[in-house]
Parts: sequence; C-alpha cells; structure tokens
Amino acid sequence: MKLRTLSASLMMAGLGLVGHTAQANVSDNVIRIGFITDMASVYSDIDGAGGIEAARMAIADAGGEINGKKIELVFADHQNKADVAAARAREWFDQQKIDMLIGGTNSGVNLALAGIAAEKKKPFFAIGAAASDLTGSQCTPYTIHWAYDTVALARGTGSAVVKAGGKSWYFLTADYAFGHALERDTAKVVREAGGEVKGQVRAPLNSSDFSSFLLQAQSSKAQILGLANAGGDTINSIKAANEFGIGKTMKMAGLLIFINDIHSLGLQATQGMQFTDGWYWDQNDETRAWSKKFEARVKRKPSMIQAGDYSAVSFYLNAIKATGSDDGDTVMKWMKSNKVNDMFAKNGYVREDGRMVHDMFLMEVKKPSESKGPWDYYKQIAVLPGEEVFTKLSESTCKLVKK
Amino acid sequence: MITIFGIPLQAFLGQLLLGLVNGSFYAILSLGLAVIFGLLNVINFAHGALYMLGAFLAWMGLNYLGLNYWVMLIVAPILVGLFGILIEKFLLKHLYKLDHLYGLLLTFGITLLIEGLFRSFYGASGQPYSSPEALRGATNLGFMMLPNYRAWVVVASLTVCLITWFVIERTRLGALLRAGTENPRLVEAFGVNVPLMITLTYGFGVALAGFAGVLAAPIIQVSPLMGSNLIIVVFAVVVIGGMGSILGAIVTGLGLGVIEGLTKVFWPEASSTVVFIIMAIVLLIRPAGLFGKEK
Repeated sequence: MKLRTLSASLMMAGLGLVGHTAQANVSDNVIRIGFITDMASVYSDIDGAGGIEAARMAIADAGGEINGKKIELVFADHQNKADVAAARAREWFDQQKIDMLIGGTNSGVNLALAGIAAEKKKPFFAIGAAASDLTGSQCTPYTIHWAYDTVALARGTGSAVVKAGGKSWYFLTADYAFGHALERDTAKVVREAGGEVKGQVRAPLNSSDFSSFLLQAQSSKAQILGLANAGGDTINSIKAANEFGIGKTMKMAGLLIFINDIHSLGLQATQGMQFTDGWYWDQNDETRAWSKKFEARVKRKPSMIQAGDYSAVSFYLNAIKATGSDDGDTVMKWMKSNKVNDMFAKNGYVREDGRMVHDMFLMEVKKPSESKGPWDYYKQIAVLPGEEVFTKLSESTCKLVKK
Repeated sequence: MITIFGIPLQAFLGQLLLGLVNGSFYAILSLGLAVIFGLLNVINFAHGALYMLGAFLAWMGLNYLGLNYWVMLIVAPILVGLFGILIEKFLLKHLYKLDHLYGLLLTFGITLLIEGLFRSFYGASGQPYSSPEALRGATNLGFMMLPNYRAWVVVASLTVCLITWFVIERTRLGALLRAGTENPRLVEAFGVNVPLMITLTYGFGVALAGFAGVLAAPIIQVSPLMGSNLIIVVFAVVVIGGMGSILGAIVTGLGLGVIEGLTKVFWPEASSTVVFIIMAIVLLIRPAGLFGKEK
C-alpha cells in the first residue's frame, strides 16, 4: 500500500516536472504555423484565401494562444511552382522559425515541401494535395496527409463507375505529379475490376482549350472519359466536352471534383455526375454550423480542403496543448497516437506512414430540380470506410511501414 | 484509311480546324498588340486583362441587365475601348518620352489591379456563359462535329482582322496614322490632331481585346485568369510575327494556333511550350521576326 502511494506521488511529481519543462518547451515563445498554397491561380478557390481563413478560425477557436504562448500564422502564394514554395519554406524554417508547415494545393509543391519539413524535423500537413506518393514511396516521418488522396478517389469513383458497367476508360490527365498519380491509381482500380484502359492524353496544367484532347479521347472509342485533373482544368474540360457533345458517346467520370467546380459550372452541366469527396458542408449539424461560420467570413461555402485546413490546424494545436511542446518529434508522436474527432472526421487516426484515415463519401450531383439553391449540390450515395478506401498498410510502399 | 504520321486523316483534319479556332484568338489579340506597338511604341501588357474584362462585361450584361450576346458583342468592346482611352489619357500619355519598359511596367500593374479586383469578387473558378441560341448545336463536316459557335469565332475574328489590316495599310486614315508615328511634328503641321489619333488608336487596340473576350466567353469559363493564361503566348506570337507588323500578327497567330493544335496530338505534353520553342528559333534566325523590318 505504502509502496503504491509512493510510486503514485512520484508519478505525480514526475508529471509536474514534465509539465513544467514542457511549458518552457515552446521554442522562441511563439507557436508559428506556415501555410503555402495557391492564392491566385487555378486552385485558389478550393483553398487559397478561404483556406487561410479556415486556419485562422482554428487558431481563434483554440483561444489564440496556448499556455500564454501566442499562435501565429504566416502564409504565402506558391504560384504552383515547387521551387518558389521550397525557397519560401526554407526561409520560414530558418529565419521565421515556423514550427509546423501546411502545404495547400498542388501535389508537386507538396512533395517538395515534405522533403524540406522532414529535413528540419517539423510536422508537415499535406491537405490540398492529392498524390498518394506523399504517404507511399515518398513518405517521411513528419508528413501527415490529411483530407484525401488519389488512391481514395480512384477506389471510390473508379470502382463505382466500373461496377455500373463502365469497363473501358480513357484518361485526360493533368501533366504533373498529381495527374500522373490519379491516373495511375485509377487505372489500377479499373484493371483490377476487370476493366480496360484504352489510353491517355496528358494536357499541360492550365491549358486554355481542351477540345483537341477531348477529340483524341473520343476517337479511342472508350466508354468512360476519366478526368484526372482538377480545378480550372476540370471546369474547362467539362465545358468543352458539353460543347462538342462528347457525352453522347462517352460518360465522364470526374475523379477529383470540388464543390466550387460544381458551383462554377452549374447543375445543368454537371447533374448526375458521381465522384468521391472527403467532406461536404451539408452532412450533419456540426458541418452545417461550422460552414455557416466560414461563410460569414468568406462569403462562400467551404470546400473539403478548407474544412481539412481547419481540422488539421485544430488537431495540431490540440497536440501542443496536450504535450506542452512544439518539438516536432514530441508532437508527431502525440498525433500518431490520438484520434481525430471534429466536424471533419470521426474517429480518424494518423497511421505510421502519415495517412490520416477517415471515411470518404461517394457523392452524386443533384438535378437542378432537386437543389434548393446555391451550394445545395450533392446527394450522398455511399459511405466509403477509410480502412477500405485508402491504401492498406499491407499494400504500402512507404519505408516506415514495418512488414 | 489514309493516315498522316500514324493519325487517321479525319482526326488530323479535325485537329487542324481546332488549331485554326484557337489561332483566331491569337490573331485578333496579337493584332491589337501589334497596332498599339506599331503606332504608340507601347508594349501593352494589360491586353490579357482587357480581354478578360470583355468576357466579364458580356457575362455581366447578361446576368445583371439581361443584354444578350449579340448586344454585348458590340457594347463590350466599346466599353473596353473607352476604358483604354482613359488609361491612355491619364496614365500612358506621360510615359511616351521614357523607355518602353515604363509602359510595360505600368500596363502590367494595371493587369494586376484588374485581375485582383475580379478575383476577389468572383473567385478564380469563373462564371458560366452559354453560346447564343442561334449558334448552338454542331455541324457534321464529315471528319468531325464542329460546334457552330467555333465556326462563328473563326469567321468573326478573321473579318475583324482583315478590316483592321485594310484600314491601316490601305486607306488615307491608315496612312495618316502611320505617318503620325513616323514624324508626329510634320503630320501636326498638316493640321492633324496627332495626340487624339494616338488616344483613339490605343482605344481601338484594346477594344479588339474586348471583342476577343466576348468571343471567348461561351468557349472557356469566364474567369479572372483567362487573360493571364493567354497573354504570354500572344506576346510570343507578336515577337515571332515581328513587333508592330499588322499582317505578321494575323498570319502568325493563325499559323501558331495550327502548330499548337497539331502538337496537342503528336506530343501533348509539349503543347504549352511549342510556341516558345518556335519563338527562340525565329529570334535566332530573324531577330526582327518573320514579318518585321530590321531598323
């Protein structure tokens, strides 16, 4: 009995001690978060200034400080150039002493940032980027891939389309890391489900006219046109496809569709399209309440990425609150052993390869007659359990996964 | 089946035609730039933003005032032209005595302002604009289904290009314009109001951009970025054609549209670079451009 009291009091003392040193453990007395994303170009609506605002909301909800240490946010535009982003990230780590880095949109940029963050031993959240390589062949101990990835999109949309009879595919692919990854992961799903890939055309990011690529796709005689692109490129592809009547001979499968794309194209042009999403503002009371707050600030409903920005920053700040430290390894350890429960994810968890596993959703775009007004665009068709839809650990190519 | 470089003849012809459609945009935009450079010696970097402005005016006309495409095809270029006149009167005019670079910097600044304003109001994804009723549907050309609207784009822009060329190269007004830029003092001595002529020329040049913007609205999403995506290519077109050469701008615009279109088939990944490769080659062989005169 005495022994137990003794050890208990020792433990208490130990905890107190840990707590004490930990408080002094927030480097330079500021918790500084760096956020690099596309602020002005193709991907700026799905993340951009709205994403920054979402991060600010997370900081405000955490009280703006933790144990008296102020939380600061610095942000920059990467212009979709990996070298610009890399230079900025290095400057932030070395001179501004940021404690955590968020990569917004663009997989190419995020792959570059992941390497730098790992070198500096600081947590890196990839939120807007999709390439599954971030937690696959190019995983690092400091990367957390938050909202979604190309494997989840491929397994969600790809298998739904093949199941509905879409056996032969042709891809219109954005010619960089993201498009390649999405095409590769979807083609794999299609082939495994007994389908066939007839070919692909790789269009440069930000092409102004997609009609030429679409005619090439049409002459392949495939049933399904897989759009392995995003943002403005997807919008202009769908618009040109409608103009050229591609829909008469092929069915379009948008592999990465954001609510902003639907808002921009209108329901007439997009109705009935099925796609995979990680989050939708009108799912439950919690998502609606948060989206209302977001809309009051940004004047638009949030995308999955913007909700992910909020969720990731909140989770990171929870880690600092719990550990009392902004040390990269300490925080990573906490984040990899605690669950994510917020308006974005329920019982989500960060795996050793950095993947945040949470449920995804198969959505369908409503008919104009079904929609009550702007932003009321999606019907949920199915829940895709995170365990099934993301890369399984047994399939992982990440060197951190012990097999 | 007949094939060209391994591609069926039909598909080849289709791609050629699509290249021509895109080339029409290059032609009309580079024509505006060439007119402005030829007569004002200003490198008008705001051209892309004014093209975007034309498209947005068409969209606004329809959504706020209920004015259809045909009305806006006339009204939007006039408004863009008037806006251009204001820019020239109050800003550009003061820079003529300085190096070209100042005009370029000023117009680049104007571009950033206009694009930034529209982005903060409308976001980057843009707004949808449908083709006018009369031009919906497609015509079967045997080798491809050509949307009627795209055919209209080629006809409309070529007509405007040719009229512009004719006025500048073949009429008395055009002769005065050209003379006014060569020797403004002498022309003024004949009783011609040269500053007014220059102002109107700038207004006309940017009105061409506004016109192209309205033409483009039904084809691509009306977005604040549509101009900046295009303007660099258009500058390359002007350089290849020869700065200030009217005919050069038109011919090179169409030609490069076709070359770019074919690149999209043979080597899609390079389609956004091919124009610049050609520019580099032309600059090496003929520094003044294909149609330019050495000074």
